[in-house]
Amino acid sequence: MDRSILEIDDLTLELGGRRILDCLSLDLWEGHVHAVVGPNGAGKSTLANTVMGLSGYREYTGTVKFLGNDLYGLSVDQRARLGIGMAWQEPARFRGLGVEDFILSGSEDKSAEKAADCLMKVDLDPEKYLDRAVDGTLSGGERKRIELASILAQAPRLVMMDEPDSGIDVEALKRIFDAISVLRGMGSTVLLITHSMTVLEQADHAFLLCCGSIQDKGGVEKITEFYAGRCIPCDHKNRPEEGC
Amino acid sequence: MGDSELVRKMYESLGEGCITSPGVAHIEIHGNTVLGLHLVPGLVVEAEEREDGVRAMVRIEHGARIEKPVNMCFGLIPEKGVQRIEMDVEVGEDAAAAVVSSCTFPNAVDVLHEMQAVVRLGPGSEYSYLERHVHSPGGGVKVVPRSFVDLGEGASFMADFEMLRGRAGELDIVYEAVCAASSVLEMNARISGSGDDRIRIHEKATLSGEHSRGVLTTNIAVRDSAWADIRNTIRAEAAYARGHVDCREIVRDGATARAVPVIEVTHPLAHVTHEAALGSVDSKQLETLMARGLTEDEATDMIIAGLLSPRYKAEVTR
Repeated sequence: MDRSILEIDDLTLELGGRRILDCLSLDLWEGHVHAVVGPNGAGKSTLANTVMGLSGYREYTGTVKFLGNDLYGLSVDQRARLGIGMAWQEPARFRGLGVEDFILSGSEDKSAEKAADCLMKVDLDPEKYLDRAVDGTLSGGERKRIELASILAQAPRLVMMDEPDSGIDVEALKRIFDAISVLRGMGSTVLLITHSMTVLEQADHAFLLCCGSIQDKGGVEKITEFYAGRCIPCDHKNRPEEGC
Repeated sequence: MGDSELVRKMYESLGEGCITSPGVAHIEIHGNTVLGLHLVPGLVVEAEEREDGVRAMVRIEHGARIEKPVNMCFGLIPEKGVQRIEMDVEVGEDAAAAVVSSCTFPNAVDVLHEMQAVVRLGPGSEYSYLERHVHSPGGGVKVVPRSFVDLGEGASFMADFEMLRGRAGELDIVYEAVCAASSVLEMNARISGSGDDRIRIHEKATLSGEHSRGVLTTNIAVRDSAWADIRNTIRAEAAYARGHVDCREIVRDGATARAVPVIEVTHPLAHVTHEAALGSVDSKQLETLMARGLTEDEATDMIIAGLLSPRYKAEVTR
C-alpha cells in the first residue's frame, strides 16, 4: 500500500495581509512523482516555500507533516535533514563557490568522484564544470542542472522542483526530465510545481491549485484536461469561498 | 638562528618547503636582510641592504618570458621588528612574468612591514603579482604597502592581495595605477578580518589611454569588532576606456564595513560602472545551502569561502 510522505491539512498562510494559501490539504505518496499545477498567482511556489520553511513562510495555520513529523517551527536545515530538498525556480548565484563544493554541500560522500557522477547524470561534463564557480558565467539552464546535480548528491526523500522548465531550452529540459527519472529510480518522491503541460506530463498524479486551494486531484490526464480547458486563461471560475 | 634556518622557518610557516628547483627564481628577505637569491635567465635582481631596509631593483629583460612564477618571500620570524622594502620593478617590452610574493609574520606581536613599490610595464608586457599574507593569530602586525603601477601601451597587470591566514592586524593599502592605451589592469583584494583588525584599502586607477580597461575588486569578510574601510576609484579619461569597481563585504558580529566606490569619467566615449554590497550574506544563497542540510553557520562559512576564493573574480572580470 502507498504510504503518505507529506501530509498537509487545512494549510492557510497570509503574506502582506493577503491569503495566499487557503485551507489547502493534500497528501503525497512516497516514491511517486506528483505535480501541483495552476495559473500564475495560484500559490504554487508559496506552497513549496512553506514546506521548505523559507523565511517569510513559517507562520501558518493548519498542519504540515513529513513522515509523521510536524514541520511547524523547524528551520530550513532541520527540514532538509529530515529528508526534504528543493530546487528553486531561479537558482541562486554564488560568486566564488566552486561547482564541486556546491554539489557536495548536502552529500554524505564528499569525494570528487561523487560530484562528477552527479554532474554526468545531468549531462554536464565534469572536466568542464567542476572547477568553475556557480556564478553568472553559467547560463540559467546550466545552473538549474548543477542545482539538480546537488540534489542528486543530497538524495532527499522528497524533492520539490519549482518551475523546472523556467528559463531553459528544450535540450536542457530533457536533461532535467532525465534527472527526474533518476530521482524516481532512487526512490525519492518528487513534487513538480508548474504551470506547464509538458512538465505536468512527467507526473503520476496531479493537484490543481487555484486561489490557494486544491480544486481537484487525480491522474495527470484528468487534471490536464480540466487545466487546459478551464484554467488557460484563468477566469477564477473555481475561486473558493472564504474560510475552511 | 642561522640564515638557512630562518629561510626554512619562513617557508614552513607558509606550509611549504624551501624552493630547490634550479628552474624557479626566488628571493628571501628576512627583516631587512637578504638571505637568499636565485635568478633565471631574463630576470635581473639587485638587492641592497641599507640601514633602514632593503632596496631591490627587479628587471625582466625585453622580450623575456619567465616560464615559472618567481617566488618572493618576505617575513619576520621573531615577535617584534621592522621590515622595510623598497622595490623598483621594470618589465621590459613584450616581457612576461608572474610573481608569487609570500609575506609571513607567524609570531608577530609588534611587527611593522612597509613596502614601497614602483612597477613599470613596458609596451605589450604581462606581469601578474599574487601577494599572500600569513600573520600570527594575535594580529600584532601592521602592514603598509604603497604601490605605483605604470602600464605601457597594450600591457597587462594583474594583482591579487590575499590575507586569509591568521589575523589581518592593521592593513593600510594604497595602490595607484595609470593605464596607457589598450592596457589591462586587474587589482583584487581578498581579506578576512577578525578581533579588532583594522583594514584600509585605497586604490586608484586612471584609464588614460584609449581602449584601456581596469577592474578593482575587493572582497572582505569581517567579524568580531573588526573594521574595514574601502575607497576605490577609477577615472576614465579616454575614448573606449572601460572600468569597473566591485566591492563585497560580509559583516558579522559587531564588525563594521564601509565602502566608497568613486567613478569618474572625463570622456564621452568612456564607460565606468560600480557595484557594492555590504552586510549580511544573501538570504537566498543561505537558504539554498540550508536546504542541503547545512546549518546557518556552516552555510555562512561556505558563502564567505566563496567570496574570498580566487574564483570570485571570474564573473567580475569576464
